[in-house]
Amino acid sequence: MSVGETTLILLAGLIPLGYAGFFLGRRKAMATQADGTRLHSRPQQYGWYSVVSMAVPAIGVAFAASLLNLLGWIALPSELVLAMTLITAAAGFAYGLMAIRPTLRARNTLDRLIRWLLLGAALISIMTTLAIVLSVIFEAMRFFREVSVWEFITGTVWSPGDSFLEAAGRGDEVSEGGGGVFGSVPLFAGTFMVTAIAMAVALPIGLLSAIFMSEYASLKTRGVVKPILETLAGIPTVVYGFFAAITVTPIVVDIAGFFGLDASYSNILSPGIVMGIMIIPFISSLSDDVINSIPQSLREGAFALGTTRSETIRNVVVPAALPGVISAFLLGVSRALGETMIVVMAAGVRPNLTWNPLEDMTTVTVNIVYSLTGDQSFDSPQTLSAFALGLVLFIVTLTLNIISTVMVRRFKQQYD
Amino acid sequence: MSTRRLTGSANDPHIRRRYRAEKRFKAYCIGAVGIAFAIIVAFFTDIISQGYTAFWQHQVQVTLEYNDRSARLGQFALDSDMRDIASRGATRSIPLEMEDNPDLMGTTDQRWVPVKAEIDQYLKHGHDLPAELRQQVDALADSGRIQSAFNTRFFTTGDSKLPELAGIFSAAVGTLYVLGITLVFAFPIGVMSAVYLEEFAPDNKLTQTIEVNINNLAAVPSIIFGLLGLALFINFFGVPRSSALAGGLTLGLMTLPIIIISTRAALRAVPDPIRQGAFAMGCSRWQVVRDHVLPSSLPGILTGTIIGLAQAMGETAPLIIVGMIAYIPEAPSGIFESATVLPAQVFTWASEPQQAYVEKTAAGIMVLLAVLLTLNATAVFLRRKFERRW
Repeated sequence: MSVGETTLILLAGLIPLGYAGFFLGRRKAMATQADGTRLHSRPQQYGWYSVVSMAVPAIGVAFAASLLNLLGWIALPSELVLAMTLITAAAGFAYGLMAIRPTLRARNTLDRLIRWLLLGAALISIMTTLAIVLSVIFEAMRFFREVSVWEFITGTVWSPGDSFLEAAGRGDEVSEGGGGVFGSVPLFAGTFMVTAIAMAVALPIGLLSAIFMSEYASLKTRGVVKPILETLAGIPTVVYGFFAAITVTPIVVDIAGFFGLDASYSNILSPGIVMGIMIIPFISSLSDDVINSIPQSLREGAFALGTTRSETIRNVVVPAALPGVISAFLLGVSRALGETMIVVMAAGVRPNLTWNPLEDMTTVTVNIVYSLTGDQSFDSPQTLSAFALGLVLFIVTLTLNIISTVMVRRFKQQYD
Repeated sequence: MSTRRLTGSANDPHIRRRYRAEKRFKAYCIGAVGIAFAIIVAFFTDIISQGYTAFWQHQVQVTLEYNDRSARLGQFALDSDMRDIASRGATRSIPLEMEDNPDLMGTTDQRWVPVKAEIDQYLKHGHDLPAELRQQVDALADSGRIQSAFNTRFFTTGDSKLPELAGIFSAAVGTLYVLGITLVFAFPIGVMSAVYLEEFAPDNKLTQTIEVNINNLAAVPSIIFGLLGLALFINFFGVPRSSALAGGLTLGLMTLPIIIISTRAALRAVPDPIRQGAFAMGCSRWQVVRDHVLPSSLPGILTGTIIGLAQAMGETAPLIIVGMIAYIPEAPSGIFESATVLPAQVFTWASEPQQAYVEKTAAGIMVLLAVLLTLNATAVFLRRKFERRW
């Protein structure tokens, strides 16, 4: 019996039982009420009570059995699981109906159950984080069994072997030896280069736009400017990638050529610029919020001393808002580090350690994508290297997010 | 002393310098907004100017001959000089048609079929063609046997290795499947988590951990969710790779924090007297939430959900990791089948070398952006229309 069939039969058994439980439970409660006895809860709550006492143990049994099966400890035959579940359901059904009496606090039981259910839902997000950490660490450990951590962190040559470049359509660039060298420094250099370029674009434009919106613009102008800027945040990254590869890169190459410079067609500058455009709305929205929450009295104090508007902004408003601006900046950095599609489509795949943004460089995320879209077996170091890179990426972005959250909280405490 | 410094007056050079600095700074701020606007305009103009041509396509009028040879290979139904012009895909199904309907044998049929992508590109943008072919095409165009028509095929077919036949239909179906799973997974769990945190949770360590955790989860790069989906759903639970189920669950985990955060904001906007009133009538906490708090915060919850879905719809990186960039010519018919989604289709086309795919990519992007803008506008509309000020 397949999993689907088992589930179907299970539902075919449990749903009618549930209906029967509800109506029988309610009828019993109503019959009790009819002779003038006062019930603790409403009749339908007794109905639900018998549904719950039937379904919860039964689903628990089925869930436990499938968990055992999934973990591979004991593989119970599905007929047995089915029988066990249905017997539990029948027992719970009988118990639920018998337990109904005027003093039974059905409503409290239901409320407690719902509370546990909601808590369970809330715990899923914790489990997601745990699953991310565990799965990434687990696969990364398998990678580090074959490649030393030290080599991974400090090595300056990234050459995962023949199949990697072939999968990327660059079989002619295969390095000597072909066994695979995993020094991640060139990848992180590329990632930091592209992040630096992006922030150099996004920070001035984003911050100055935020200052314009919160200090200079009228309410009406602000109501127009802000949503238009925020459309930039709603554009999918794959679209930015296309824009970078098809439009911005040729422009960058042409401009560089005009100055007599030789730019690669997968230079790191153009994905950097486009990523900066993507991050503008993050910086502008967050900074705008922060600047808006600076108390008006600070500005008025400065005006009273005779400062002009721009002097007030530079000497009073921005310094006061600095923690918030820095936290917006850090969030922007964390976005840029983890951004994938723009660099996959517009940056290179050749690990290259350079200071020149006109050369092609590759990034961490590009390598994660290419090592998981090739044809290698899942156990190969190439594939596993994606998880090691992912682990570092996760740790770095998480740290940035936490610092940024703490800074915002400090800032809010100061002015709220 | 006529040149005496008038300290503090408008003629004081120091003050004038400060006023100039003030003007300069304001100009910088306006300039920044101007640059951002210019970028937005340039961006949309660029995409539209590259993509709009894909919605029209050149067709050629051909006479199909159903004979012995075309029963073996569809190409033979065409005149030999038409074979260089009409798309290969247009005649591909002829042998099958003849098998289904033997009466066709010996008849002819006149119809419009798409031209080859290179010829389409030549007619649209003047791209290079061999001289001989160019004369042939020009002659046909002059005699009215080549015409430009609205490209319905783009919306009704799936991906194809022939650019003139490629369309977004299967990707659109895949997107619906994936978003459906994302919604079914993330919406109930997200709303339940938010209800727990806002209405039920005691202020203890566990609650604080969950809160911090949700905020951090919202900022984890999407590609990490792809790694999680690969390790958890595909390798551990055995969900088929490339399937809509794997993609939908992965995006569901990613959308969860967005829905939780916006639902919490919507719940928080419901004023406390409403709850207290319900409690005073003897409602249990769950009854208060179900009958009073949730109905009044529903518009806010829906708005947040739509925004979360729009974000999931534009996501590509995690779906690539779970294998959703397979070549999918036929629309998937279930959640366990290999599927692709619109952004992944855009990515696939963008990596094709042929020139004709560039306009397909841009056109796919236009459709994607149109849907996303509509979704976001709907969210804004819902909020404006149903938001209650208490």
